[in-house]
Amino acid sequence: MSEQNLTIVQAVRDGLYTEMNLDDEVLVMGEDVGKNGGVFRATEGLWDEFGDDRVIDTPLAESGIVGTAVGMAAMGLKPVPEIQFSGFMYPGYDQIVSHMSRFRTRTRGRYTLPMVLRAPYGGGIRAPESHSESKEMFYAHEAGLKVVIPSTPYDTKGLLISAIRDPDPVIFLEPKLIYRAFRGEVPEEDYTVPIGEAAVRREGTDVSVFTYGAMTRPTLEAVENLEEEGIDAEVVDIRTISPLDRETVVESFKKTGRAVVVHEAPKNGGFGAEITATIQEEALLYQEAPVKRVAGYDVPYPLYALEDYYLPSVARVEEGIREAVDF
Amino acid sequence: MSVLQRDPQDQVQVLDENGAVVGEVPDIDDETLVEMYRNMRLARHFDTRAVSLQRQGRMGTYPPLSGQEGAQIGSATALEDDDWMVPSYREHGAAMIRGLPLKQTLLYWMGHEKGNEMPEGANILPPAVPIASQIPHATGAAWANKLRGETDTGVLCYFGDGATSEGDFHEALNFAGVFDTPNVFFCNNNQWAISVPRERQTAAETIAQKATAYGMDGVQVDGMDPLAVYSVTEAALEKAKNPGEGETRPTLIEAVQYRFGAHTTADDPTVYRDDEEVERWKAKDPIPRMETFLRETGRLDDEKYDAIQTDIEETVADAIEAAESDPRPDPTEMFEYAYAEQTPEIRAQREEFEALREKVGDEGFLRE
Repeated sequence: MSEQNLTIVQAVRDGLYTEMNLDDEVLVMGEDVGKNGGVFRATEGLWDEFGDDRVIDTPLAESGIVGTAVGMAAMGLKPVPEIQFSGFMYPGYDQIVSHMSRFRTRTRGRYTLPMVLRAPYGGGIRAPESHSESKEMFYAHEAGLKVVIPSTPYDTKGLLISAIRDPDPVIFLEPKLIYRAFRGEVPEEDYTVPIGEAAVRREGTDVSVFTYGAMTRPTLEAVENLEEEGIDAEVVDIRTISPLDRETVVESFKKTGRAVVVHEAPKNGGFGAEITATIQEEALLYQEAPVKRVAGYDVPYPLYALEDYYLPSVARVEEGIREAVDF
Repeated sequence: MSVLQRDPQDQVQVLDENGAVVGEVPDIDDETLVEMYRNMRLARHFDTRAVSLQRQGRMGTYPPLSGQEGAQIGSATALEDDDWMVPSYREHGAAMIRGLPLKQTLLYWMGHEKGNEMPEGANILPPAVPIASQIPHATGAAWANKLRGETDTGVLCYFGDGATSEGDFHEALNFAGVFDTPNVFFCNNNQWAISVPRERQTAAETIAQKATAYGMDGVQVDGMDPLAVYSVTEAALEKAKNPGEGETRPTLIEAVQYRFGAHTTADDPTVYRDDEEVERWKAKDPIPRMETFLRETGRLDDEKYDAIQTDIEETVADAIEAAESDPRPDPTEMFEYAYAEQTPEIRAQREEFEALREKVGDEGFLRE
């Protein structure tokens, strides 16, 4: 298998390219995805390769994008609409929750929606207002959707191909802070990374740290720093927010008895609460310390002069881990 | 000149309020003309019975269609087998023509998900409750067909006058204009969005004229004249599939009509509109108009009339009996269709549910 060294955003592009080559029913649509190749270059060159009918610049209208993609998918096409920033998904929210998530159930499986709604999400890139929030739980709360957040170039391509092939609708959130932060080996061929499976990024015995997306890196860095203090932490990259791989979470926790959850989304009603509840339900007797949540604060996301204080930093993650270990 | 290319203020009419021919009668064979009349009466009778089922506590909230049979039957009759229908939630008559059995419509409003299970081969999407949210689906469906080179199918989408105020109306028609999709957007302007009159939805003189802004034809039709509705819908579908030189595919039809009854059975229209207005519109009732036309052209006599009456009464009675004798859905069905493959959570929740049901029985859940 030949490999290439790609960033995450290049892996997105490569995943789209690979799958569009294999399946004529796959098409890309959204704002500036055509000739411009996407504002983050996630669709670069696809328009030249596949033309106007498969890489479609749409009017500037998120509900229209999601809603027409629903109609296309009901007819059996596999649209991959892009919302330019996740902060602009809300005009399409009614389409997502009233239709995208419900079509299979509403029609008892006669109509399914094999579509993937992609959006760059999250903070840390000094972006203007409304460009930095993390709202993955809006979608995780919606039965009928799958919510995927990759953290490596390899996973990005493999998960995106899985998402496109999935008969059900997938929300694919791309952590834009690490779009170009590093490179990784990515096979040129098509391959899949299964949706619904977490990945243990580092094995350890003292504490389990659960995270995903852009927070995976500061978490790994914090864990490495804590080695000097004699803390041996396990890091689990959740990868699929919904459906959650509870088995891997519980298995890791049973080994360590302590847990920290790291995410940039607000703490209240956040993903950390779901992990905490899972541990309570399934591994209470193994628990040796309260679950520590290192998360965004429950305030509106600040303008970027303060965003570094808002986002979990390496030091905050370290402190959270110490708290869980020292309890 | 096409019936579609006229001033949006110039309402198309074939039959006047008394059923006299005032326009060009569309080319429809005798049998289909009588069938249209029969279907309008069937829809009316169904509607009357459905409202009464709700009143008797045998069905939940239901949105009546009386007064709108001309628009529904006239437009749906113009569909060809391969065409698609994207309804809102009041198109029981139109959906029936497209192949959705009346029993299913009853089941849906009785709260059975099975009501939404469209028969294979019936080209119809499920009813959409959030206002205007189905219009982008219609655009997307027509767009998908066009992208696949299947422009010999048209997609007919229904919505009300209130829906034209929603963003989705704008976005869907705008996309359709830009991508020249084979769509017919059919606005059932029944004058009232629950209690809010048409004048509160838009300051535009007509809804049809909004089409101009999307680069498509807009035509206003007497929505209580089934033959006029048929004519414009048929022409719009034909144009969607085979646009002439300089023509665009999509069309916006504004069918001017009136909802005789309530918005739903949970609504009391006497609060917001007076009897005089209702009576004025009832004079335009599509059913007697069509009846007069058929009788005066020798297509209908008393014998046929009576046969139709017997037929529709039996059809509706059978549908009600079939719906009411359908067993309560198995509760585990709710876990079945969320995903193609059941997730571990749903499986676990289903098992928990089944174990509890085993223990406490249905009486541990049911409130009646």
